[in-house]
Amino acid sequence: MTSIGTGYDLSNSVFSPDGRNFQVEYAVKAVENGGTSIGIRCKDGVVLAVEKVISSKLLKAGANKRIATVDRHIGAVSSGLVPDGRHFVSHARDEAANWRSVYKTPITVKDLASRMGGYLQAYTLYSSVRPFGITAIVGGWDSELELPVDGQVGSGPISGAGGKVEGKTYGGPGLYMIEPSGMYWGYYGAATGKGRQTAKAELEKLDLAAGKLSLEDGVKEAARIIYVAHADNKDKEFELEMTWISNLDGPTKGRHEEVPKDILEEAERLAKKHLEGEEDDEETKDDDKDKMEE
Amino acid sequence: MNHLPQAWGRPRDDVYGAYDSSYLQNGGPTQHTQRPIVTGTSVVALKFKDGVVIAADNLASYGSLARFTDVKRLRKFAETSVVGFGGDVSDMQYLDRLLNSLDIQEAYGSSGHTLNAQNLHTYLSKVLYKRRSDFNPLWNQLLVAGLDGESKPFLAAADLLGTTFSSPSLATGYGAHLAQPLLRNVAPDEEAASKLSLEQALEAVKESMKVLFYRDARSMDKYSIAVITKDGIDLKENEQLEKQSWAFADQIRGYGTQVN
Repeated sequence: MTSIGTGYDLSNSVFSPDGRNFQVEYAVKAVENGGTSIGIRCKDGVVLAVEKVISSKLLKAGANKRIATVDRHIGAVSSGLVPDGRHFVSHARDEAANWRSVYKTPITVKDLASRMGGYLQAYTLYSSVRPFGITAIVGGWDSELELPVDGQVGSGPISGAGGKVEGKTYGGPGLYMIEPSGMYWGYYGAATGKGRQTAKAELEKLDLAAGKLSLEDGVKEAARIIYVAHADNKDKEFELEMTWISNLDGPTKGRHEEVPKDILEEAERLAKKHLEGEEDDEETKDDDKDKMEE
Repeated sequence: MNHLPQAWGRPRDDVYGAYDSSYLQNGGPTQHTQRPIVTGTSVVALKFKDGVVIAADNLASYGSLARFTDVKRLRKFAETSVVGFGGDVSDMQYLDRLLNSLDIQEAYGSSGHTLNAQNLHTYLSKVLYKRRSDFNPLWNQLLVAGLDGESKPFLAAADLLGTTFSSPSLATGYGAHLAQPLLRNVAPDEEAASKLSLEQALEAVKESMKVLFYRDARSMDKYSIAVITKDGIDLKENEQLEKQSWAFADQIRGYGTQVN
């Protein structure tokens, strides 16, 4: 790397003469080694999935979760340094709880992403700290109905608009990805970690911007994408962990929950089948080549 | 010599001259809630063979003024328990938010909900006791209804002093005087309660609510009622007292608008 030997990479918050902060770039390198995480924003919910690389056979299957619940309606997953991810979640929970205590209403995914973006950015400013070695994906569903204020006892005015704006729609799915620099964008589909390039290519094929993908199909696609992205990292075993948030009429009723075992297993079965299919295709292509050469 | 408590430990005026009280805080000692302001009246509850019935009216009074008439005093916790609040309404709102944050913290774990009504009652009674020990009580009497760790009907009370009590039937406030004896008629002990059907329990609770409306000047005829069983919570928040008979009122001097 161009930074080596220049000295501009030795302290956090120091710019190089060409305007780069190398400590932040090294943090991004830490992310690039982590297991792949993805998020898909579907029309009626959001799916989060992570490729959990198994570091030891002595670890209990299904334990040591990597996707966390931040508030009832928001989940977060990250790639990179796992302890940094846990601190991120801990702070996100504090932010969500603090928002509730101030505004008496759940934080929106957008506002949480903003708060966490600000928090991560602060870790690029001081020489006494290092940037977060994670890229986090935050997904959730903001209630489309008007929620009662926390602790509300009555039903409000029985006449008049009661502060409601006619025709205004509220809520919906939210998906944001926050990088070590503190930069965050909203996404239709987000991917980070080792297999991000493959995962992004697969996500782009889904035409998520059209807003047609259902949550049910999103779960299957998410499982498939994690399996496809893992194909480049085949020598290591992994577990698929997946959570979802549906709209209020959907299977989770607006809450962030683990994808039920039967649905997860079905999605994994389809993902494996898809991979086998691809391998067959490659073999047939090879056969064709052989024939051509003949 | 000034022997009054406010002079204790202070230099004597006759020796040192008048104390310059501008150095003192003029607010006096910290004073926490000394009385409830906007209040809810009775909560009544009765166990039956499959669960618990709990009811409270929808009124929040400001002194004797019927100030708010659509106040929901039965609060669900995690689709497993119901807490009925009597006493100060703002303290009820505080407790509601506290339970809300507890519910969110429960969701952090992947095992989902683990707190049953018994756990919830223990938690609330400890919060109430802590606050009364700080001389800053939460001015509520509350009933916790649901199922315990063995999925048996659970009903217990906790109040602003942190006192706890459990019985097959319970009532707070005015209901402790008027409704409790009626409920004890149908369920004198646990065994009797375990034989009650849902219909019998509902009838007894509704009858109690009616008697309370007849006699309690801080009550109203719109109420909430919840049935908690293994199948979940059936909460109705806008019930109307039925089959009222005010025939007895004629016989009573000073009842209602009839003054002499």
